[in-house]
Amino acid sequence: MSTPPPPVPPAPGVAARLGAALPPRYVARRLAGTAVLLVVLSAAVFALLQLAPGDPARTLLGARGATPEALAEVRARHHLDQPVLVQYGHWLGDLLRLDLGTSIRTGESVASALGDRALLTCQLVGLGFATALLLGLPLGVLAAFRERRPTDRAVQGLGVVTLSTPAFASGLALIYVCALMLGWFPAYGAGEGGLDRLRHLVLPAVTLGLAVMAVLLKLTRAAVVRELARDHVTFARARGVGPRTVLFRYVLRGAAVPVTAGAALVLAYLLAGTVMVETVFALPGLGPLLVDSITFRDLPVVQAVALAVATLVCLANLAADLAQPLLDPRLRTPAPTPKAAR
Amino acid sequence: MTRVRRSRRPGRLLTAACATVLALLALAACFGTALLPGWDRQDLALGAAMPDATHWLGTDALGRDIAQLLVAGARSTLAGAALVALGAMVLGNALGLLAGYLGGRVDAVVHRLADLLLALPALLVTLVVAGIGGGGYALAVGVLVVLTSPGDIRLVRSAVREQRHLPYVEAAETLGLSRATVAVRHIWPNVLPVVVANTLLNFAGAVVSLSALSFLGLGVPPGAPDWGRLLADNRTLLYDNPSAALAPALLIVVAAVALNLLGDRLHEAFTDRGRS
Repeated sequence: MSTPPPPVPPAPGVAARLGAALPPRYVARRLAGTAVLLVVLSAAVFALLQLAPGDPARTLLGARGATPEALAEVRARHHLDQPVLVQYGHWLGDLLRLDLGTSIRTGESVASALGDRALLTCQLVGLGFATALLLGLPLGVLAAFRERRPTDRAVQGLGVVTLSTPAFASGLALIYVCALMLGWFPAYGAGEGGLDRLRHLVLPAVTLGLAVMAVLLKLTRAAVVRELARDHVTFARARGVGPRTVLFRYVLRGAAVPVTAGAALVLAYLLAGTVMVETVFALPGLGPLLVDSITFRDLPVVQAVALAVATLVCLANLAADLAQPLLDPRLRTPAPTPKAAR
Repeated sequence: MTRVRRSRRPGRLLTAACATVLALLALAACFGTALLPGWDRQDLALGAAMPDATHWLGTDALGRDIAQLLVAGARSTLAGAALVALGAMVLGNALGLLAGYLGGRVDAVVHRLADLLLALPALLVTLVVAGIGGGGYALAVGVLVVLTSPGDIRLVRSAVREQRHLPYVEAAETLGLSRATVAVRHIWPNVLPVVVANTLLNFAGAVVSLSALSFLGLGVPPGAPDWGRLLADNRTLLYDNPSAALAPALLIVVAAVALNLLGDRLHEAFTDRGRS
C-alpha cells in the first residue's frame, strides 16, 4: 500500500505575497508619519495668515474698502475674533470639505482657479520628471562604469553645469536658440489640443528636466559606484558574467533603493522649478498664479497652492518609502528597535 | 581594480581658472560701483541697442550699458549669497556639533528637523514666506539660511560621530575639559575642511536661488542691477539685444560653476588626504 503523497501547500495568494513583501506594520507606521507631517505642514500653511504684516482681516479684505462693516463681516466669516486654534479648526474643516475659500483678487472660488491650471502644471511636471529620469539615470550609470576616466569627468562636468544653471537661464537660452534662431519649437504659450500642447511643452520640459537632472545623476553615480565595489559584483564579473547581466541583475537592483529615495527628493525640486519655467515660457500653470498671488497678497490662493505642493511632496516621499521594501527584500524584516538599527 | 594615475595638470588649470574668476567677481563686488561711477547713466533716446564699440554688450530699454550694469550688480548678487552660505555654516555647524557630540534625544530631534527641512522645496518656501511676510530681500536671506543649514547639520553631525570615539577625544575628556571645549576646540577643527568645501557649494546654490527669487520679482526693486533682476527685466529684448538677457544668465552660470568646481575640488583634496 502506498502512502498518499503529502498535500501540496497551496500557493500563497496575491494578498499574502504582498503582505510578506510589504509588512502591514511598516505601512501603518509610514502612513501615520505622513499624516502627522501633513498636519504640521497644514498648520504652517495656516500660519501664513498670521505672518502677513498687519491685521488679518484687512489682509483678507484686500483692496476693497475697509469699512467697519466689511471688516466685521470678514472677521465673522473667518472666525477671526476667536482663538487661533479654533480658527485653525474651522479652516481645516473647510479644507476637508474641499472649500478652499475665494480669491481676494478675482473673487472666484480658489478651487476652480486651481483646477483650471493644475492640469498644465501636472503635464509639465510629468514630462520634466521623465526627461530628468531619461537623462540622469543612464548618464549616472555610464559615469560610474567609467569612474575617474575622461567620460566620467565629462559627465560630472555636465552635471556641475546643469546644477549651476537656474531654470530661467537655461530656458531663456533654449528659447533664443531653438525657438528664435532655429524656429523648431514655439517660444511661448501652452498651445491647444493634444499634439500642439505637447509641441509647446517640449522646451519647458527639457528646461525642467535639465535643472533637476544633476541631483539624479549624482545619486545614481554614487550608488552604482558603491554597488560595483561589492563582493558579489566582483565575483559575478570574475566568473565571466556579461557586463549587461551584471548591470541589470546585480548592480541596478542594489542601486535602486537610494535612487528611488532621491527621485522623491527630485520631485520637490521639480515643483520649485516649474514656477520659473512657467514664468519664462508664459505658461498659464500654477507657477505664475502663485507668483501673482504672492505679489497681490492673495492669501487664500497662496495657501491653496502651498498646501497642494506640500501634499504632493509628502505623497512622493511616502511612495518612495513604500517602494523600498518591494525593491529590497532585506528591508522587509523590521529592525527590532530603532536604536539597534543605527 | 587598478587605477591609472593621470597627470593632475588639467585639474590644476581648471582650479586656477575658477579661482581667477572668483577673484575677479569679488573685485567687482567690492569696487564695481566705485570704479564705474556712471554705471546707471540712462540714454533713453538710444534705447535697447545691439553691442558696439562703446557699449560692449549693448544697452537695455533705458539705454543703460549692460556691461557696466553687470559689474555694478555683482555686489547685490554675490553679497546676499555669501551671507546665506556663511549663515548656514554657522547655524548648521552649531546644531551639527550639538547633535553629533551629545547624541541621544538632542540628536534625534535635530536629525528629524533637518530631514523635514531637507524634503521641502527651499525656493518655494522662501518665495512664499518672504513674499507674504513682506520682509523682502533680508527675510529671503534669513529663510534661505534656515533651509540651507540641514545639509551642514547632517555633514557635521556624521563627521563628529565618526570622530567622537577616537583616542584624542577620549584623551581630552579624560583631562577633564568641558564638553563645549572638547567639541569646539578639539573635534571641530578636524571637521572644518569638509565644512569649508560644503560652504562653497552652498554659496553656489545660494547664487542660483537668490537670482531665481529676484527673477520672480522678489526682493530687489525693478531696475536694480541684480543679475537675476536684469535678466527678468530684459527678457523681452531678445530680438533687440539678446545679450542684455543672455549675458546676466551666463554670468550667473559662470559664477555658480566656478564655486561648485572649487568646492568639489576642495572636498576631493580633503577626503583624499584623510584616506592616505
